[in-house]
Order: sequence, then C-alpha cells, then structure tokens
Amino acid sequence: MPKVSMTVNGKAVSGNIDSRTLLVQFLRETLRLTGTHVGCDTSQCGCCVVHVNGTAIKSCTTLALSHEGANVTTIEGLAHDGKLHPMQEAFRENHGLQCGFCTPGMIMTAVDIVNRKGNKLDEQTIRHELEGNICRCTGYHNIVKAVAAGAEAMAK
Amino acid sequence: MYAFNYNRAETARKAVNLAGKLEDAKFLAGGQTLLPTMKQRLASPGGLIDLSAAADLKGIEMKGRNLVIGAMTRHVDVATSELVKEKIPALADLAGMIGDPAVRNRGTIGGSVANDDPAADYPAACLALNATIITNKRKIPADEFFTGLFETALEDGELIVKISFPLPNKAAYEKFRNPASRYAIVGVFVAKKGKDVRVAVTGAGANGVFRASNFEAALTAKFHVKALEGISAKAEGLNSDIHADAAYRAHLIGVMARRAVAKANAK
Repeated sequence: MPKVSMTVNGKAVSGNIDSRTLLVQFLRETLRLTGTHVGCDTSQCGCCVVHVNGTAIKSCTTLALSHEGANVTTIEGLAHDGKLHPMQEAFRENHGLQCGFCTPGMIMTAVDIVNRKGNKLDEQTIRHELEGNICRCTGYHNIVKAVAAGAEAMAK
Repeated sequence: MYAFNYNRAETARKAVNLAGKLEDAKFLAGGQTLLPTMKQRLASPGGLIDLSAAADLKGIEMKGRNLVIGAMTRHVDVATSELVKEKIPALADLAGMIGDPAVRNRGTIGGSVANDDPAADYPAACLALNATIITNKRKIPADEFFTGLFETALEDGELIVKISFPLPNKAAYEKFRNPASRYAIVGVFVAKKGKDVRVAVTGAGANGVFRASNFEAALTAKFHVKALEGISAKAEGLNSDIHADAAYRAHLIGVMARRAVAKANAK
C-alpha cells in the first residue's frame, strides 16, 4: 500500500493507506481525529471542511495521497493549551449550534472567512460565504451571529 | 469507489508519458467531479494520474493579446487574480460563481473544461470568448472542442495544458443557479469583440453548451438590451427536469442574455 506523510495540527504523521482513502478517512480512521465529520459525502454540506496549506477544502472530496507533504489543520488543531480558539468560544457564547454535527465544518469555514475577509464581517458577507456549509437544524441565525463575534474576537 | 492505481505527475510531460504507459488511466485535476463520480461508481478508472503537483500547468499570464490560463489553475485563483479582473472581468466573475468557496479552492479550469458538464460555467466562457484549448498535441478552437454531453474533442491520453482567451471589448456572464448544486439551470455568457458578438448558453441544452445564433445576430446589429426585444429561444432541444422544464429554460435564456448584455454595457 502507498505511504502518505503530512503534517496534521503541527505533528508529522504518516500511514500506509489504500489509494482510495479520502483525506477525511485518513484523518478519522487512521489518525483517529474524529472531530472532522462526514455529512453528505458529496461535497455539498461542508461538515468535513479542514484547512490544507491555509485554505479551506472539503476533505470528503479529495484523496489523502494528493496531500503528500501538506500542512493540515483540523478542528482539533484550533484550541491551544486547554483554551478554545476565539471562533470556538464565539460559537459557545452565541449558541451557534443545535445538534452540533455541522459545527466543526462551520468553525473551520468561519476561520477561513476571517483569514480572507478580515475581522469586520457584515451579515450578508457571512451568509454568502457560508453557502457551502449546511446546518440541517437550520440554526443559521445564531451561527451567523457567532461568526461575526468570533471574527471580531480573533482580532484581539 | 473501486480500487485504482495512484500516480503523481510533477510535470505535464510526465503526466502524458504516464497516460501512454498505463492502461485505463484518467487525469485527476481538482477532483471535484471525478471523485464524486468514482464514489458513485459511475466511473471506475484503473489508474489516476494526479496533476496537483504539476506546477507547469498552473498560472495566469498575458501572451500577446491573449489571456492564457494554465489548466490546473484553481477557480479561486482565477476569481481573485488582478490580471483576470483587469483583462476579462467577466471571467473572474464567472469563476467566483462556481460551487462554494471550498470547492473553488480545489476545482480547476482544465478539469471543468475537460469534463464538459452540460451545466458547468467555464464551457460557456470558452465558447463565447472564442477561446483556444491548448493540449499537449494541438490547439483546438472552442467551437470544435465541446462535442456533446460530457464529450469533447480530446483523444485518449490527451491533456489540456492551457486555455487561451482573446480579450473581448465587452463581456459578462449571468446565471440562474440551482440553489442546491449551484450549477447553472441556465447560464448565458455574452462577449463582444470588434463587430463580432458571441452568445453561449450553458445549463439549458440537451446536448450541452451551445451558441444562440438569433441572439448573436440581434446583438451584432446593436449591442444593447433593446436589440433583444422580441428575440427568444426555442424550447426544442432544451433540458426538462424537476428544476425547470424546457419552456422555462427557454424563457430564462432570454432573461439571462438581457441581464448579461446590461451588465457588459455597464462596465
């Protein structure tokens, strides 16, 4: 089986995997990082969003082998020293979730939005940028509030 | 997904060599269509040749009077490129309307054009802008490239290297999106270069992207929304599905064309 090596949340990791292994399967099943979820498995819902070399992608629609040598950040990589990332804290504060299944993808996408668009985000921008993430509880209202608050908190 | 052999190509030449050696192999560009298709077992290639490490297939540059975009250039790079925004803003606009941000971070122009999905956006841009698709073997005019549903003039093992767009005087793209898939239910790209006006329609045709000749004739006479008064598309030969029937799609072609012309003239 081919070998893949990458950096995940700052740690060098590698594994011998079937060519078919999707990045999300490598993260969840080989590395046991189960924070990244699989919702639709068809790149619609965004539950599986992770950052690869600084950009947000849907890890259910890319092969692990395509990311040889890449730098990957998952939801597990956001908190530091037992302290939640400001965006995670904002989701908690604003109750930006109901069942919580979409939350890891929402937060990874939200951090990517801030990286690209800055810390002052209006509602329209947030809603537009979140179009690749689906919350089936339809808790969008608080998610949008959480992203705006988290974006501001990230500036501090 | 069925098992396959994975191969990585660091250059276009290596990719083409691999394609010549391997049996039943496909090129993997951004994978935003090929991988879902393989998951559904609608495609089961024996091998994949991953192009993501091929730096010589990426990049955007002016060559003479043409804007040339490498096949592995991702949608996000076309959408945010200052060069594209300056030379063909309609093309940057179109790239920014594809899928969602995470999909645009992976999907590529070459992958979209090679796949020729009847509802994809880039084929409309290629056709309306009179682009040339440059492969490892030859140069193919857009008019000869898109041959049907998911069908192109590409031969087995032939690789798109770059796409060359002549600069238009005016151009714009308007699409009526399926809100779930974000593919075009109807998308219309209009482009004016000198006296020549080209109107390409995606999402609507039962046989894929096509040019709307009656719209082109009207707009060649006068490139203005008013020139399209009384001009309509025929429902015959258009798709009908749960999202829109053929008559509705025909109507949308007119609406999107008028919006696109207004947008092109507003710039």
